[in-house]
Amino acid sequence: MIPLSHFLIVAALLFAISVAGMFLNRKNVLILLMCIEMMLLSVNLNFVAFSHYLGDMAGQVFVFFILTVAAAEAAIGLAILVVLFRNRRTINVEQLDSMKG
Amino acid sequence: MNFTIAMPEIFLLSTICLILLIDVMLREDCRMISYLLTQVALLATALLAYGAMDGDKTTGLNGMYVRDDLAGVLKISILLLTFGVFVYARKYLKDQNIWQSEFFLLGLFAVLGMLVMVSANHLLVVYLGLELLALSMYALVAFNRDDGRSSEAAMKYFVLGAVASGLLLYGISILYGLSGKLELPEVLAFVSAQNVLENIPLLFALVFIVAGIAFKFGAVPFHMWVPDVYQGAPTAVTMFLGSVPKLAALAMLLRVLAESMGTAQPGWGQLLLVFGLLSVLLGNFSAIAQFNLKRMLAYSTIAHMGFILLGALTGTTQGYSAALFYTITYAMMAAGGFAVLILLGRAGFEAETLDDLKGLNERNPWYAFMMMVFLFSMAGIPPTVGFYAKLSIIQAVMQAGYLWPAVFMVVMSVIGAYYYLRAIKMMYFDKPEENAPIKADLDFTVLISVNGVLMVLLGIFPSALMSICSAAMVASHL
Repeated sequence: MIPLSHFLIVAALLFAISVAGMFLNRKNVLILLMCIEMMLLSVNLNFVAFSHYLGDMAGQVFVFFILTVAAAEAAIGLAILVVLFRNRRTINVEQLDSMKG
Repeated sequence: MNFTIAMPEIFLLSTICLILLIDVMLREDCRMISYLLTQVALLATALLAYGAMDGDKTTGLNGMYVRDDLAGVLKISILLLTFGVFVYARKYLKDQNIWQSEFFLLGLFAVLGMLVMVSANHLLVVYLGLELLALSMYALVAFNRDDGRSSEAAMKYFVLGAVASGLLLYGISILYGLSGKLELPEVLAFVSAQNVLENIPLLFALVFIVAGIAFKFGAVPFHMWVPDVYQGAPTAVTMFLGSVPKLAALAMLLRVLAESMGTAQPGWGQLLLVFGLLSVLLGNFSAIAQFNLKRMLAYSTIAHMGFILLGALTGTTQGYSAALFYTITYAMMAAGGFAVLILLGRAGFEAETLDDLKGLNERNPWYAFMMMVFLFSMAGIPPTVGFYAKLSIIQAVMQAGYLWPAVFMVVMSVIGAYYYLRAIKMMYFDKPEENAPIKADLDFTVLISVNGVLMVLLGIFPSALMSICSAAMVASHL
């Protein structure tokens, strides 16, 4: 039996890696989208672990909703990415700086 | 199961589906019909929400949904404000050649998300409402799909918005692990039994949840998206984004922090104090340096959101009702301010910079007067409503024992008045750079006049709205 804390540590690590990835990545918007996805999945891991540990189904139901919303979010994110590429011919994070001040 | 509790939302959703179907069959020159249907749907939903206000608090749908006076007031304000924003938006969309019914449909979906958030009694429902609002907003910001700035703003909004949802969810998951519950009243029962300042895991969850909420407000240090999104988005979308969702953000704060974690106020109050003070400081100082009017209004929004957070952090009925009053009136003046920007634009030209305001008085004295009322109101100069809104917040903050934050807010309001007065000076004392006539339809002119007059009337008789706000708070036991 794997104790709850192990799950929580893995989820926290995944969450931290995804946040760090967002700040360190200066090249590609696609990587940002991957980081977002990983962030939501780490939350899912948290929910499932708690749900199992508490013997309460609500957490697992929440995970289904998060997965659904994440799919919709990815669809919109990729759609915006396509529009962005058509207009700017680049998806380099550093070149997304047309507005300043 | 009792579905009548969600009647306004169910009605709105069915109408949206109906409009979607009708819109597919309409010819391009009949778009007006979908616009009119949208407006009728908004008004009818507002009537339903009004009919559902009966003074007591009922929960339904397995305790996931709540109907009370607070929800009623917020829903009616959201629906009526959206109605006004859509009237303003019509001129912009026609001028800029993006007259598509998707704008109104996405707007309606965003409104539906806001209504769900307002009535949520379960953390899952809060999240779903929030995402419905956010996803529609991302698409709206990218609405002008041939404009590089619009899509860049949408990308920034999307990435940062998704991170904020992630933070909020992480906080919710920890809270779930601690309490084993997701229903807001059960969370309250759990939190009330804890000593919040000693309970590190609970504080840990609280920090993430507050961060997610602060992002939706656009408060410092989660404000990075605000200026870019306001500037890059089409003005009609900026107007929508800058007014109505603030009410939903306040609803989330009231439901999640005030209602279900009211006893944890010593914990989240400190966070909101820091966020609020930083927002007031940074918003006002950065706005001074702006030349782009949309960007200036973005920084001014950050400052206003600071005020709302400071009002809400007091944890008192007075503070909550002051925050609600401030949010409703701020949404009205922001919509009015952006409406004047739309008014100054015409086919193929967008008014964006301070220069476009120059000599507005010579071009049209009435619109210049209206803009002056909106700017006075944002600056908080009597007799406009902005003054009373700021006063009631500062009163509540002082009565809760925060003396120096109150002094700080007054000083920052004075500094903030500078950039509003600069815009007014440009309207009245500078020569116009162009003399194109300002044209608008009758509905636009009437609505902007009503909007401006309301700012003054509510400033002179604030108790009319204030009593509604405090009655709603008392009815919801806040």
